[in-house]
Amino acid sequence: MALLEVDRLYAAYGQTRVLHGLDFRVDEGSITALLGANGAGKTTTLRALCGMVNTEGEVRFAGRSIARRGTEDIARLGIAHVPDGRGTFLNLTTEENLRLGAYVRRDRRAVEADLERMFGYFPRLRERRRQQAGTLSGGEQQMLAVSRALMLAPKLMLLDEPSFGLAPLVVRELFEILRCINQAERVSMLLVEQNAAMALDLADHAYLIETGRVVLAGKSAELKADDAVRKSYLGY
Amino acid sequence: MEALAHQILAGLATGGIYASLALALVMIYQATHLVNFAQGEMAMFTTYLAWSLVNAGVPYWAAFVATVGLAFVLGAAIERIVIRPVEGAPVLAVVVVFIALLVILNSVTGWVYTYTIKSFPSPFPKEMALGRFMSPHEVGAIAVTFLVLAALYAFFRFTPLGLAMRAAAQNPESSRLVGIRVGWMLALGWGLAAAVGAVAGMMVAPIVYLDPNMMGGVLLYAFAAALVGGIDSPGGAVLGGFLVGVLENVLGAFVIGNELKLSVALVLIVGVLLVKPSGFFGSVHVTRV
Repeated sequence: MALLEVDRLYAAYGQTRVLHGLDFRVDEGSITALLGANGAGKTTTLRALCGMVNTEGEVRFAGRSIARRGTEDIARLGIAHVPDGRGTFLNLTTEENLRLGAYVRRDRRAVEADLERMFGYFPRLRERRRQQAGTLSGGEQQMLAVSRALMLAPKLMLLDEPSFGLAPLVVRELFEILRCINQAERVSMLLVEQNAAMALDLADHAYLIETGRVVLAGKSAELKADDAVRKSYLGY
Repeated sequence: MEALAHQILAGLATGGIYASLALALVMIYQATHLVNFAQGEMAMFTTYLAWSLVNAGVPYWAAFVATVGLAFVLGAAIERIVIRPVEGAPVLAVVVVFIALLVILNSVTGWVYTYTIKSFPSPFPKEMALGRFMSPHEVGAIAVTFLVLAALYAFFRFTPLGLAMRAAAQNPESSRLVGIRVGWMLALGWGLAAAVGAVAGMMVAPIVYLDPNMMGGVLLYAFAAALVGGIDSPGGAVLGGFLVGVLENVLGAFVIGNELKLSVALVLIVGVLLVKPSGFFGSVHVTRV
């Protein structure tokens, strides 16, 4: 079952077209990766899904069209976005950042339980609970961004370069937690990554994007075995 | 000595009013990064509404609550109707809108209520035990100011809506991503600022009397207060308000005379901008150009 279906998606910043008719889908409960070089349009794709840029084309989420709807309405449907640059509320505390993630939820007891669960996944965040989020390190802010997105209790998570700026060891830990969340809670994920090797290890399916178009699609294992992908993106 | 104590206490009373208005300025500044020059006239206009209600026979506190409610609606409506269309416009365009609001509110009030000075009732008793140093109205104004400040602090600090408003002011994009309706938060912020301004107007009117230009001086003191405290620091603006109130009163009584009181505000504004533009509690912003 497709949770997210994207049909001929176009996006532009002013006069500059960035996406030229993108087609892809994310199956329910799966992790799908979008791979590509700098400037291929990966971040724009995620921003287009959340109504943060002007788009044309069709986007269906759980069967409903969400194209050209407001960003806050899309979030309320259960799509959480871990944005490029982490989107931390710098002057608020770590805990306030997390509580904002659950802003649209009304099940207060479950929110408290989820808060504890996040502190379980990332004990560093518990230590920094009352600290201004702006004083957190890059890695901690990345954990915070992932946790804030999870606090929405999303059906689909959009992850923009979660490995960016993190030490390799931290990246491995973070990807392990993402896999765990995906399996335990059936949260579907759309992952944008430059670190193609790690992304292909985590994802079930992957799409390769070049200058705003899908040039290759398939199961992660197939893409890993593809010669072109190996040479251009995996580097061996 | 007794005269000095009296001036300081009286300064605290007016200082509380400056603090409220300064806080209203800071609330709008945090959301829009602009100073709302019409804040004083909005307060003046709503104080006239209160005067109409009281004159129509509504009991004072009922009129007070109704006025705060009306001010909230007025503030939110101004944001939606007048400010929203110039969102993202150049700074000068928005400033012109603020000044237009100031002039419109001022002239409409003068047109409807005439420019004759009116007296405005104080809800507090005429005589009281503590009356040697402070008039009952001054004590009452301080109490009301503290109640308003405490309520605002609790709202922003402890409620999910208050948290969402702070989030929307500092990071609109991330706020939308967690489902916060940023546009409504801005309207809510304007409504709250107008409501706080209305309280300030109703507390200052028995002292300065009611006329369409009554807030001119008060707004200048509030600007000075907000700048002294740091235009992006709510707590700083409140402290600045009390400081400006006391300075104004003490200097006016003992040093420069009452006629030159307003220049204290102007000297403070220019002084702070020259020496420490971020104020005592504000943060320094660096922009690459």
